[in-house]
Amino acid sequence: MSKLTFARAINAGLRKSLENDPKVVLMGEDIGALGGVFRVTDGLQKDFGKHRVIDSPLAESGIIGTAVGLAYRGYRPVCEIQFDGFIYPAFDQIVSQVAKMHYRTQGRVKMPITIRVPFGGGIGSPEHHSESPEAYFTHTSGLRVVAVSNPQDAYTMIQQAIASDDPVLYFEPKRRYHDKGDVDETLDLSTALPLDKAAVVTAGSDVTLVAYGPLVKTAKDAAMAAADEGISVEVIDLRSLAPVDYPVVEASVRKTGRLVITHEAGQSGGLGAEIAASITERCFHYLESAPVRITGFDVPYPYSKLEMHHLPDLDRILDGVDRALGRRNSLSGLEG
Amino acid sequence: MHHTPDPGHSAQIPLRTGGDLLQLVSPEGERISHPEFDIWVKDIGDEHLCSLYEDMTVIRRIDAEATALQRQGELALWPPLLGQEAAQIGSSRSLRDDDFVFPSYRESGVAYVRGAHLSEIARVWRGNASYGWDPLRINLATPQIIIGSQSLHATGYAMGVQLDGANTAVLAYFGDGATSEGDVNEAMVFAASYQAPVVFFCQNNHWAISEPVRVQSHVQLADRPSGFGIPSMRVDGNDVLAVMAATRVALDRARKGGGPTFIEAVTYRMGPHTTADDPTRYRDPIELEDWAAKDPILRLHKLLEAKGLLTEDMEARVKSKADAVAAELRASCIDMPDPQPLDVFNHVYSTPNSWIERQKDHYSRYLNSFNQPVEEGAL
Repeated sequence: MSKLTFARAINAGLRKSLENDPKVVLMGEDIGALGGVFRVTDGLQKDFGKHRVIDSPLAESGIIGTAVGLAYRGYRPVCEIQFDGFIYPAFDQIVSQVAKMHYRTQGRVKMPITIRVPFGGGIGSPEHHSESPEAYFTHTSGLRVVAVSNPQDAYTMIQQAIASDDPVLYFEPKRRYHDKGDVDETLDLSTALPLDKAAVVTAGSDVTLVAYGPLVKTAKDAAMAAADEGISVEVIDLRSLAPVDYPVVEASVRKTGRLVITHEAGQSGGLGAEIAASITERCFHYLESAPVRITGFDVPYPYSKLEMHHLPDLDRILDGVDRALGRRNSLSGLEG
Repeated sequence: MHHTPDPGHSAQIPLRTGGDLLQLVSPEGERISHPEFDIWVKDIGDEHLCSLYEDMTVIRRIDAEATALQRQGELALWPPLLGQEAAQIGSSRSLRDDDFVFPSYRESGVAYVRGAHLSEIARVWRGNASYGWDPLRINLATPQIIIGSQSLHATGYAMGVQLDGANTAVLAYFGDGATSEGDVNEAMVFAASYQAPVVFFCQNNHWAISEPVRVQSHVQLADRPSGFGIPSMRVDGNDVLAVMAATRVALDRARKGGGPTFIEAVTYRMGPHTTADDPTRYRDPIELEDWAAKDPILRLHKLLEAKGLLTEDMEARVKSKADAVAAELRASCIDMPDPQPLDVFNHVYSTPNSWIERQKDHYSRYLNSFNQPVEEGAL
């Protein structure tokens, strides 16, 4: 067991994948000598060579489009998109090619491509550096989408993503890059929790609180604070956003009867909406109150002096927990 | 498939500057000698010329039959290749089996040469499958409908070839319209940056649906790649020999580590964009007449005639081959089994997916509900 930062844990997972499979190649902007703007690929080009850790031209569609060709040739490309807000030039290649190639060829051509995306806010950045674009991709059939929340998962799930024969968007919460955690580097991938499974990270009995990526830590903190008031919150780290591991969420909601979902992305058409609808369909008779969404606002990601208002924090999540429980909350007295 | 000779000639071609068009056979069917390029087609004897003629005639027949099948409601859509036979046959017959090709949606002639079954060519356009052939069986990717997208796939594949240290070349087909797409330009950036063994084969057929090529570019398309540091050739795309010579030069450069090459094959889309298009709304019929005089098959016909190769016997043989292929295309199209309803869920992922499994299960129950007797009082 070693103590690693989030970024080092991903780095260690990438290193392991490069060691274990000669078909793994890394591509991205500034990932070579610089080691990436967040240093996630630090030292990998030096150790594995320029042919396996490839500094690409500044063209996101080009990165993903050439990764498609490499996958055709039998490679497992791992592409880094430097920031969430830079992924849109690659949107067409991801949605029209990466996601559909397996279906189009009825399984003849696999797309074992991993697309790493640092996402989310909280680091005081200018525009385009703090976005949460995951719902565009969870809406796209053919992609698997995951968001990691802690160094151990970061280490394990990057390897699982790379080993997956299906394309995976791997969302990394950039504001957690420097958080440290225990990482078991001897963990056997075949016995690790599969990539498409959710995890109950705090057990509880009064309210189910669903989070992923950067807000898992916030949700766990909220559960601790709620416990001080005698409220038992069960926190689920989704890990997989497409598909969502509904059986785990269902089991929890059947027990608690109340559901709060939190994410940084805006509310409309977001993952929270999908989960609220699905859980309502599946657990209607167990619900004691309407599902609550605590999310970013439906605004462009704001300038950094305002981002603390946009991002769900511990208190906003607790306010949502109160709403789910029918306790006094900021919206008490409002209809609906 | 066909073997490309190595003339033992270093494939150094200068970065293009002039506007000259490579032509080895004139529209009147006269062989024009060329000091640099003749060597690249010197192995093409009488028999080879006749087989090129046969392939071009056969794919024109496939095209006509498929257009008819669409008009008869047997195909949902068809993108005709009429007029582009020399560009497609000349380029595809320059390839080796181990080369890999990324086509657009109009390269049915290329698919024929690469060994796709006729039913495989038809089924995408009938709506029976989203792909035609197994790409890994004939080293030909499935038809690409997003304009220019495949240029990046070809470049990435070529980067993989480089990593493997293989001697394979990669060829991407696209049209004049695609040269405006970001992906084609990004593909040229990547290909030049890594010196990837890829050939960009642009069939300039003068029309992107209704937009003439001048909407895409104010310079000749072959003048663009020099800005990326990629050598280019501009060839008469209706001259099968010139197309072969240029493609062989480019493939040879790729194999020898010379990097990417761009070929502009100047041709003409004599038919509509697809069977859903009506070119009379935007195209001057006189232009079509001009290009009909430069017809690629007619041109080869004249050359063969002048060489005394066009015997009655040979013409009858080619015609009967084309008729047989057309009949097989028609039969395989009409006899094609329809997909089953639950096939809609198959192969989205390579592993089971809980969302799709659930929807498949629910839809299966829904379909089965039509077979269940309605119970008394159930309503």
